[in-house]
Amino acid sequence: MKSLFKLFSIIIIIIASNSYSSAAEKVEYLKTDWSFKGLFGKFDRASLQRGYQVYTEVCASCHSMKYLSYRNLAEPGGPEFSEVQAKAIAASFEVTDGPNSDGEMFTRPGKLSDKFVMPYDNVKAAQAANGGAYPPDMSVLVKARGGGVDYIYSLLQGYDEAPSNVSLDDGVYYNKYMYGNKIRMAAPLSDGLVEYGDGTKATVEQMSKDVTTFLMWSAEPHLEARHQMGFKAIVYLIILTILVYFSMKKLWSRIESEV
Amino acid sequence: MSDHDYRPKSKVGQWFNDRLPLLTLANHLTDYPTPKNLNYWWTFGGILTFCLITQIVTGLTLAMHYIAHADMAFESVEHIMRDVNYGWLIRYIHANGASMFFLAVYIHIFRSLFYGSYKSPREIIWILGIIIYLLMMAAAFMGYVLPWGQMSFWGATVITNLFSAIPLVGEGIVTWLWGGYSVDNPTLTRFFTLHYLIPFLILGLVVLHIWALHVPGNNNPVGIDIKKPSKDTVPFHPYIVIKDGFALLMFMIVFAFFVFYAPNILGHADNYIEANPMVTPAHIVPEWYLLPFYAILRSVPDKLLGVVAMLSAILILAVLPWLDTSKIRSAVFRPLYKQFYWILVADVLILGYVGAMPAEGLYLLIARVATAYYFLHFLVILPVLGFKEKTLPVPLSITEPVLGGSPNLAAARNKESKIE
Repeated sequence: MKSLFKLFSIIIIIIASNSYSSAAEKVEYLKTDWSFKGLFGKFDRASLQRGYQVYTEVCASCHSMKYLSYRNLAEPGGPEFSEVQAKAIAASFEVTDGPNSDGEMFTRPGKLSDKFVMPYDNVKAAQAANGGAYPPDMSVLVKARGGGVDYIYSLLQGYDEAPSNVSLDDGVYYNKYMYGNKIRMAAPLSDGLVEYGDGTKATVEQMSKDVTTFLMWSAEPHLEARHQMGFKAIVYLIILTILVYFSMKKLWSRIESEV
Repeated sequence: MSDHDYRPKSKVGQWFNDRLPLLTLANHLTDYPTPKNLNYWWTFGGILTFCLITQIVTGLTLAMHYIAHADMAFESVEHIMRDVNYGWLIRYIHANGASMFFLAVYIHIFRSLFYGSYKSPREIIWILGIIIYLLMMAAAFMGYVLPWGQMSFWGATVITNLFSAIPLVGEGIVTWLWGGYSVDNPTLTRFFTLHYLIPFLILGLVVLHIWALHVPGNNNPVGIDIKKPSKDTVPFHPYIVIKDGFALLMFMIVFAFFVFYAPNILGHADNYIEANPMVTPAHIVPEWYLLPFYAILRSVPDKLLGVVAMLSAILILAVLPWLDTSKIRSAVFRPLYKQFYWILVADVLILGYVGAMPAEGLYLLIARVATAYYFLHFLVILPVLGFKEKTLPVPLSITEPVLGGSPNLAAARNKESKIE
């Protein structure tokens, strides 16, 4: 019984450490308190809404989010804009639709059911506009990077003067947290770049945190539901396990043996 | 074994059972005499059945929403994660279920190695098990390709390229496997087809595996045959059912933890980047459960020999019943084998570790030593050990160690001989 537990934990530790250590390389990322971590982790709604603002005002000019729809902004577990707000957000974008009955494509204001409008028509166009580098789609970006949210959060604040031994080409910037330290994206944030409606001071640190929270939600829109269900499921399983354990003991007491 | 003269009580039952003896089968399964000294390592057979059923049920559901097309696969997975009701739950159960399946199967295999369950008369059960394990690896590998992320694509490229090591026809075989000149849409659709097929092959083999088990009956921790069924065994239902059930619940708690709180920890971040044939990831790593074999593959400098070594590492298990020359089954009574057993466990864990590391410098050296030891264990140590090892006295019956302990050993022996 005990040895079983031991083996279980050993194996889990090995698996966990394996998958951690296989993630590219170890850098100490900047730390902050993420409200969505832990057993009952939930998103900070205000931070999500601010994060959306940062995304749409800063990132969206280059980075697409093609798996998100405007309706997601009003869904439970997300930024939870009101439906009216979400509709207004959607309507502020021009969406190409069609063909109409004349066979012509036309533009119309966005609807809740529309996907987020992409900044470029295709990858080639994005590359052409960004010196050959493709700004990655940000829908699942935090899950697509080994360091996850800590990595994105650090990267946004990791711009620095290049050390004298590092030479940078034109359009390449130095970033402490980027793999290889060279990044094609200029520092996207600066203090006061956006004006938050709720009066929060828009420091680089604050904006990094908000937009990273927003990206975590966009990558895992059902995170809150998952945490809630997980807690219930595990409590249920533990109670059931205890009950079955005592039933088993009772049953086996008829037999001259041990369980 | 318990194929006694069972007769259903009701007339209808008798009529049906005379034509199709399903009730006799059900009766056999519930009454099936099981050694009463089985420990918790024996609960993993039931756990594995649960894993297989879980994978099939969640897999069927996913297949209803998944699109096997190179341009749409990644997006359809995101669609499942976002828009399908509880799609995230089903996909995370399926993805982590594969890892749980392998965790359980490794414990199951190492249980067998420790207690000598592969020895006569259970060789066929063992070989069926190895075939199941091989099919599991194939199914898992192809399943990992389906989300069409970067690791999917490049993992598929690396693994299918292994066939190019075959002399003369290698390149042709690879083209044939791919259905083209690189991993592309035809590869994806055929992998999806096979990924759908293999679990049902496994299911059939599991039936045979259990059937073959029910002929000689279970091995047990002391590794001796059942002398008196009335004393040494308990009916499968309810005793083993509830014990397996209890162990399964504990297993499910671990499973649930991964699904709900760390669903992506066992996967690779790169697989959330859509497959891109123009960009190669810095490190191409398979899923954790394939790492030991990946380490063996990379430890050999020659491509063909590397593939041969990797395949041999798995296939050598199939002839294990004949490599192990010892007549004693359980490691409990084999003091030397017990030590080598744990060295092997460590060896495989080390192989798994270096499999995740870049194949260079110290890691490569460790991988080579560990690979050599792996084969040494099966090809030299096991055969020699059977002749050289001085084993401990084996109890006369299962009841003896259960009841007696050492003080009553002599008394129990006396009694046994009198009865005989």
